[in-house]
Amino acid sequence: MIAEIGHFALILALAVALIQATVPLIGAGRGNASWMGLAGPTSAAQMALVSISFAALMHAYVTSDFSVMNVAQNSHTDKPMLYKVAGVWGNHEGSLLLWITILAIFGFAVTLFGRNLPPGLKARALSVQAMITVGFLLFILFTSNPFDRLDPPPFNGQGLNPLLQDPGLAFHPPLLYLGYVGFSMAFSFAIAALIEGRVDAAWARWVRPWTLAAWVFLTCGIALGSWWAYYELGWGGWWYWDPVENASFMPWLAGTALLHSAVVVEKRDALKSWTILLAITAFGLSLLGTFLVRSGVITSVHAFATDPARGVFILGLLVVAIGGSFLLYALRAPSLKIGGLFAPLSREGTLLLNNVLMATGAGTVLLGTLYPLFADALNLGKVSVGPPFFNSVFLPLMVPMVLAMGVGPLMSWKRGDLAGALARLKIAAGLSIVVAVATWVLQGGSLGPWWAAGGMALACWLFLGTATELAERTRLFRVPFGQSLSRLGKLPRAAWGMTLTHAGLAVFIAGMTASSAWKSESVQSQKIGETITVAGYAFTLKDVQNVQGPNYLASRGTFEVTKDGKAFAVMQPQKRQYKMPPMPTTEAAIQTTFLGDVYAVIGDESSEGGYVTRLYFNPLVVWMWFGTGMMVVGGLVSLSDRRHRVGAPSRARVPANSVRA
Amino acid sequence: MRRLLYLAPVALFGVLALFFLKGLTMNPRDIPSVLINRPVPEMNLAPLPGRGEDTGLATADLKGRVSLVNIYGSWCIACVQEHPFLVKIKQMGIVPIHGIDWRDDPAEGAKWLKKHGDPYDRVGVDPAPGRTAIDFGVTGAPETFVVDKAGIIRYKHIGPVNQDVWDNTLLPIIKELSK
Repeated sequence: MIAEIGHFALILALAVALIQATVPLIGAGRGNASWMGLAGPTSAAQMALVSISFAALMHAYVTSDFSVMNVAQNSHTDKPMLYKVAGVWGNHEGSLLLWITILAIFGFAVTLFGRNLPPGLKARALSVQAMITVGFLLFILFTSNPFDRLDPPPFNGQGLNPLLQDPGLAFHPPLLYLGYVGFSMAFSFAIAALIEGRVDAAWARWVRPWTLAAWVFLTCGIALGSWWAYYELGWGGWWYWDPVENASFMPWLAGTALLHSAVVVEKRDALKSWTILLAITAFGLSLLGTFLVRSGVITSVHAFATDPARGVFILGLLVVAIGGSFLLYALRAPSLKIGGLFAPLSREGTLLLNNVLMATGAGTVLLGTLYPLFADALNLGKVSVGPPFFNSVFLPLMVPMVLAMGVGPLMSWKRGDLAGALARLKIAAGLSIVVAVATWVLQGGSLGPWWAAGGMALACWLFLGTATELAERTRLFRVPFGQSLSRLGKLPRAAWGMTLTHAGLAVFIAGMTASSAWKSESVQSQKIGETITVAGYAFTLKDVQNVQGPNYLASRGTFEVTKDGKAFAVMQPQKRQYKMPPMPTTEAAIQTTFLGDVYAVIGDESSEGGYVTRLYFNPLVVWMWFGTGMMVVGGLVSLSDRRHRVGAPSRARVPANSVRA
Repeated sequence: MRRLLYLAPVALFGVLALFFLKGLTMNPRDIPSVLINRPVPEMNLAPLPGRGEDTGLATADLKGRVSLVNIYGSWCIACVQEHPFLVKIKQMGIVPIHGIDWRDDPAEGAKWLKKHGDPYDRVGVDPAPGRTAIDFGVTGAPETFVVDKAGIIRYKHIGPVNQDVWDNTLLPIIKELSK
């Protein structure tokens, strides 16, 4: 009964979304206020209906109602409650419902927080948002109904893929979706602006916080997924350039570019048409990711059960949404008024350079991800594109970007002084060279990879460049220290946000470089009592015992780890055999230190009477998580800036240089 | 000229969409299995309880005539969907089907066959972790292998077998191999 209510609520939501997608849009065209005003109540109704539906599915999972096919296929009575709840979005249908729920929440947020938005822009944006909802509701209702019944219901369910039964993964998809769907806001406003034919500072000021919020969620989501891969897959790696990882990374790159170009629109009224293009692209890439994961055109470890009918449907959705938007862009963007001009060497210039490099980066990732498809379609054979391609094409693109990130914030708007900026970065440059040389010497010259020195130097450059900018803002060493400190206190939060995220990226780069360059590993058959030494850590395998979990059996190894003869830790990795569905997983044991992670994995019994063990030392891994954390906190700090909260004012307060169409 | 630049995104996307359309008609998983055209792996699997003494599955059982080997488990819902068609193949009598009860409690596997019908000539039990299935290169259930008269694997179908798969893929291969 409750499942039927959920299903029915979705159908009603579709009807409401259809009204919201058309009436306010027409109203905005005719200047009919009551038609435009319909956008508010319909978005509220939509959110209520979709939430009812989501709650109904949640209810089916929590009560293990196996007469609902989706629950029978993905849940089990023995499953801990957390994973019964997380199981709602651990499958295609449920995750799609989550997508739609988040979309509806965002739509309602526009109604809630956008009271002082120009009514025409708001009505149009909400209509566009509803069009996306219509597409997804049709998709879920026609091809992926989560409320389909199973008759007769099975005695118990099939269980959730054990790899997904992990706290990290319980929150990974919702965060990712908040990111993906968050970009739909920038998208809807971009389309609304194209229809209106007007992009100005007020538009950018409204779009920025939403893009920033989406970016923060997406960053969190990607990091969580990566962290999960690191400790759950048991191979000591954290990024595999898997198509689905790429699918989340591409919108992140485009979204990062969008964040920066929206600043230029807001402050300088320039780069408008480019910003619109990025807004469409960021969301377009989010949709593309959805298509890739669910259509089966690309193989990936993440791919959901695929079905050609679904593929055709999402492709249609993609063509209408992205193709239609780009077409609208081609027709309307040329008539957008070109705003402020700037010299190539200026703040805008460096932001544009950053944008071009980010977009190129996203393009190469797209090419690498889709190359197997292109090759197969053109009968060039089955190929797979692996990490070597991405590492050798994408990473070099990021080198000039990081270099420019050190300089950009020191340049002034409109016309910057490159020589002056570089002069102020002398100390940063000098120390970076010292770091490069020191790294080279410490790793024993060519004993380590050649790029390690460069990576560490880049991290140092970015960190010190960001610090230099902060010092400049506070006039450190040029005015009395107390005065600097009070200037520091008065810095706008957006400035702190930038400082934190850029410094966070620097910390991340250091961690990434070190963990890729100097990882030590040892894979062997280890007997009980035997000691293996990796990077100075001596692992003694004490015993292997069977332990019983709620829905799995595990063999748990106990290692005593010593460093320089002193006890360091007792580590207990597990190899689990889940019962339902029957699948093995590895639970690595990780001991984190400031300088690196000590990482142990236990495998099957080997024929020589020992156990297959994999022991690693992964240097500076925690720096990556910490750096990402700084980026997320930086985004949140920037989001809390007063200007963002009161910063979507009515157009009456817009600077004089904005032009009314 | 400037206008053309604005058209670039939609044009690029158009090309991409065409590739996707083509992509939907292809199967990237259609990677030829390494075991195709190789002999069936060495195995000697115990029979299901209550199904008779000599009904287990061994390598030698797959020699002499063309046969299908179907991987199933009582825990596998897609197998429930597939099963009626396997029963139908059995009734057609064109080709014998052998089953491998994969990663399953043998008692459950036998009970499941009683409930849904038993289309198999022989059924071998391959309990967790499923060594034989690994040797076959099984990635999930259900999967169906076509084995020729000499006991060589000629084709592997991933996912449920249905009328469409039977008519267009399996039957032509079986006919060709039976010549």
